[in-house]
Amino acid sequence: MAGAFKEYEDLLSPKQLGEIKEKTEGMNEAKVNKVLKKVYEQYSNSKVEAGESVGIVSAESIGEPGTQMTLNTFHFAGVAEMNVTVGLPRIIEILDGRKEIGTPMMEIFLKKPYSKGEDIKKLALNIKETLLQDLMNSVSVDIAEGKVDIAIDNEKMQEIGMRTDSVISAVEKGMKGISVKKTEEGISVKLKSKDEKLINEVYKLKEKLKSVYIRGIKSIKQVLPVKRGEEYIIITAGSNLIDVLSMEEVDQTRTVTNDIFEIQAVLGIEAARQALIKEVFKVIEDQGLNVDIRHIMLAADTMCFSGKVKGITRYGIVSEKSSVLARASFETPVKHIIEAGLVGEEDKLNSVVENVMLNQPIPVGTGLPGLIVKVKK
Amino acid sequence: MPEEQKEVPVNVEEIETAEKAPEAKAAVKEKELVDFQLSYVYKKVDSIVFGIMSPQLIKKMASAKIVTPELYDKEGYPVDGGLMDIRLGVIDPGLRCKTCGQRLKECPGHFGYIEMARPVIHINFVNVILSLLRGTCWECGRILLPKNRIERQKQKLDIIQLDSGLEARRKAIRELMTSLKTINKCPYCNAKQQKVIIDKPYTFIEGDKKLSPIDVRARLEKITDEDMEIFGLKPGYVRPEWMILTVLPIPPVTMRPSITLESGERSEDDLTHKLGDIVRINQRLFENINAGAPEIIIEDLWDLLQYHITTFFNNSVAQLPPARHRSGQPLKTIAERIESKEGRIRHNLAGKRTNFCSRTAISPDPMLNLNEVGVPIIVAKKLTVPERVNPWNINYLKEFIKRGPGTYPGANYILRPDGKRKRITDETKDALLEELQQGFAVERHLIDGDIAIFNRQPSLHRMSMMCHRVKVLPFKTFRMNPSVCRPYNADFDGDEMNLHIPQTEEARAEAEILMEVQTQMISPRYGLSVIGCVQDAISGNYILTRNIEMQREEAIDMLCSVGVFNFSRLPNKQKITGKELFSALLPEDFNFTGKARSADIDGSKEVVIKNGLLIKGVMDKANLGDGAGLMLRTLHMNYGQEKALEMLGRISKLGIKTLLKYGFTAAISDTDLHDNAKIKIREILNRAEEDVNELITIFKQGKLETFPGRTVEETLELKILETLNKARNETGKIVSEFAVRNTGSFIMSDSGSRGGPLNLSQMAACIGQQAMRGKRIEKGYFGRTLSCFRRHDLGSAAHGFIRSGYKSGMLPHEFFLGGVTGRDSLMDTALRTPKSGYLYRRLANAMQDLKVEYDGTVRDASKRIIQFSYGEDGMDVSKSEDGEINIQRIIDSL
Repeated sequence: MAGAFKEYEDLLSPKQLGEIKEKTEGMNEAKVNKVLKKVYEQYSNSKVEAGESVGIVSAESIGEPGTQMTLNTFHFAGVAEMNVTVGLPRIIEILDGRKEIGTPMMEIFLKKPYSKGEDIKKLALNIKETLLQDLMNSVSVDIAEGKVDIAIDNEKMQEIGMRTDSVISAVEKGMKGISVKKTEEGISVKLKSKDEKLINEVYKLKEKLKSVYIRGIKSIKQVLPVKRGEEYIIITAGSNLIDVLSMEEVDQTRTVTNDIFEIQAVLGIEAARQALIKEVFKVIEDQGLNVDIRHIMLAADTMCFSGKVKGITRYGIVSEKSSVLARASFETPVKHIIEAGLVGEEDKLNSVVENVMLNQPIPVGTGLPGLIVKVKK
Repeated sequence: MPEEQKEVPVNVEEIETAEKAPEAKAAVKEKELVDFQLSYVYKKVDSIVFGIMSPQLIKKMASAKIVTPELYDKEGYPVDGGLMDIRLGVIDPGLRCKTCGQRLKECPGHFGYIEMARPVIHINFVNVILSLLRGTCWECGRILLPKNRIERQKQKLDIIQLDSGLEARRKAIRELMTSLKTINKCPYCNAKQQKVIIDKPYTFIEGDKKLSPIDVRARLEKITDEDMEIFGLKPGYVRPEWMILTVLPIPPVTMRPSITLESGERSEDDLTHKLGDIVRINQRLFENINAGAPEIIIEDLWDLLQYHITTFFNNSVAQLPPARHRSGQPLKTIAERIESKEGRIRHNLAGKRTNFCSRTAISPDPMLNLNEVGVPIIVAKKLTVPERVNPWNINYLKEFIKRGPGTYPGANYILRPDGKRKRITDETKDALLEELQQGFAVERHLIDGDIAIFNRQPSLHRMSMMCHRVKVLPFKTFRMNPSVCRPYNADFDGDEMNLHIPQTEEARAEAEILMEVQTQMISPRYGLSVIGCVQDAISGNYILTRNIEMQREEAIDMLCSVGVFNFSRLPNKQKITGKELFSALLPEDFNFTGKARSADIDGSKEVVIKNGLLIKGVMDKANLGDGAGLMLRTLHMNYGQEKALEMLGRISKLGIKTLLKYGFTAAISDTDLHDNAKIKIREILNRAEEDVNELITIFKQGKLETFPGRTVEETLELKILETLNKARNETGKIVSEFAVRNTGSFIMSDSGSRGGPLNLSQMAACIGQQAMRGKRIEKGYFGRTLSCFRRHDLGSAAHGFIRSGYKSGMLPHEFFLGGVTGRDSLMDTALRTPKSGYLYRRLANAMQDLKVEYDGTVRDASKRIIQFSYGEDGMDVSKSEDGEINIQRIIDSL
């Protein structure tokens, strides 16, 4: 039995082999062999033919359902979930290769015992970025003294388990040129420099103080512990992959972000490609559309094959085409033609549009093979 | 005057001709073959090299020097040395070009030139000139890089280009240029460098001195070829000083034709207007210089000339007012002609127009085969197919000629081997019949079975252009089987479609083999059939396969009308069930199990087909529809594309025939509800409203418990939404519970042919919450949505919950709030179309030249590998079954 599978190990995909194994359970070897042979035969017959212009097919397959997608940016899945960019805007965002995405988000999986819900609330609060403004009750400016008095919300402090002292040290760390004192209500911040323009400075200080970082993981704006299936996970608004992954409680193998550039920076290009495929596929699936994953793979590979994620825009991969006319036919033709003129660029006419422009056969599909026929004498 | 300058940046310097068809040589020998084969000798452009034109080249390629802004003399004849000089080409019928001796339409046009009185900067090179001025020494013209670094830099750039292409090289050069700005001492002559700034759009200032184009040119001339390379200019193709114009090429008249208005007046092209200005100012400048006019006047004229030349190239330069017509509308000059969707490149070069095509409204005809298209007889008489005359068809073709262009299967033209085209008329008919011999071609009318390409815009995927067989029909619309609507995304509310008739054997062969409907049945997007039964065909098959029983005679009648004349597949008994009738269309050895969308009478959703007999289950959208279920895919896989398409056509016809026979109506009474149901629905809605009010009360008391990460208001909104949606869904359930199973509306919803349970319950019971951007409606007046509500009313009705159904009719406030979402969704559609269109264009542009090579890798045009194996397993989606190999089916078949 195993021998039969061994023979086809390199010929069929692991997924196919797995399925066959499962479905031929209990059959005799000859039959299994027959199945394997037939599947392989079918697989060989289903291979793409050389010259097939898979690029345009993929572009059509992703582009055509685009017209059926919603434009509504936000979406609530269930009552308490967060707003996420979905539909066409999300696809555009991903394929553009935008560095700043609309709604960065993370799904943080946890190691045992945290995944069972232990201390989940506390953990979530540890992850959330806390700014001074989240802790204050009120702020008052004392112009005469040149100081800002901040009343601290004790309830919140207790909730996250912080003491005023640690707030003071965080504020001291986060800003320069100030001195911080503990007061009854909370803290009082004073400017060190005795300047004449004090009034302005104090007001500026007040504003700056609001966004002083106290604790948590930077740029995680919101946290939401959720029970998914059997385990608890934390969904966040805002994303900071590297810091989250370095937390001990976090299961590094499953935690994900939807920010592709962050994945690229932290985990490398292959991970970014996988994330790209997953994100696009998820959006399309959510919309109830059916697009084969191979098309998305090809789009993702076109974006990633240079080793960096590049968007499908005039600045991204389109600018790297070898043909002047192909670039010119996309956007800003004059710029491309001028630049080509400066370096004496040669267009070898080996892609599609240039040959369309010149009324020549295009080098894909049936235009690819050169056929010479000997005329009978 | 220093020697001249360059112009239009585009210039095709070399067009190499490659390979002639190899037959050419052999052809000379055999005389008969000569004519035939000569038409297959072709030249092919191998590559195009871009560069900048030198003043010498401009003069060399010019066939006339333009000296006067006048266009025509008193007789209306073009002036020699004017802008419409006939040496530049002809645009009047009857005149001959003085350069090439050809007439209108034959003469391609020829360039001219004018000598500039003073040099002028070419606007499109301003940025390059600026970086050249900044990066070189004003004194000696050398690059501001020490000698040893020049070589290093060059090597570095070459490596970058090899590694990551020309674009990366350009980027590296740009970075280098910014670093050069800070160097303020020439490493060669130790001259102190001054800062060069640019006063947009085209004035250069060095230190505090303005640089005239003459100064700039002098500076650029000093730059050595060796240094130039670092700036990204290639010696041999470019010289920096060519970027300052001393000679301006005048485009041929043929690219700026004048039009004669009805009044006999001539209206000149925008470019001619602009060139007129240029020539006029240039002449004045010449005269003033020669007359020794004061410098200030010369400066003014020079500046004006610069303005005109700038706008001649680009009339939308940011800092310049665009040149306008007297009417105030801006002139369309060179850059505007090239750029944008309507520009030369996208409109004329990448987009082609053809003859032998036709466009008209479409209408459905279920009796046509799926791969047929009904062509109106008027169209069939205009569109023709050239048929080559040979000994076997000469008499056949003569019949067409005899009937002429007026009577239907006739012919319009005769093509002689020398390329002459002769119209067939009653007068010429006899002479042409006489003349007709082998090697001629006859352009005969379309007849049934001809090949045509049918298309509906927007052509979003390849199934938007499919090849059909012509079926000539009366009336004036194109007819198609409603089942092929889906791939074209067509309906019959006034849609128009295009029809193209391929004119050569090669084109017809490709259309037939690659584009015909049956070849496109399986979508490359998801590996299932894109063609399936629609609407009535699904309803019909649903009714038929669910619970119909009929007499044998009736069944035979149905089979005949569907085109099946072999009745042996019907069981040998008097009473035939719908399932048995349906089975008669399936192949005898067809086995299939699947899931239906709706339950059979016994309540099971399973579909079982064994040995070509439908044993269990109903046929509905899940199995007959497009893009759904594997039944059609399996038929295609097992019996081939032709058979599959034929069966689909028959199944579709059978469904329609069933409806014809048994009748089918969607009536208003379909949505009548039982009194009990009405009471229940009222109760549910009342309760929901109470719940909402209670939530509001709790909220107002401040006792509402918030969701994590939400404010109290948001929590309230979410809870209200949830309550109301739940209520609406419950009404839906009640409607389905009480619905009468055999009403038209229910059948449509259940079989999936049109509408769903939601639509039913919206008609019968409750329309439900109107949502905008995922929230209840909030916009409107201050604090309320409509003036009939109290301010700050949070209740269900005030925020767009519609409790009436469509049949009972909406209350006024409900109607208005319903209109809000209606408009919102209109906006959504209107905004989505261009957005997704642009995404599609970008995708297509980025990926259009990816193809599978013979080694199985996916590569782009410059042979860079994108994927080692397409889709990681090299499988073609359109040959797969829903993207996979259907292992279960293979096991079952063994």
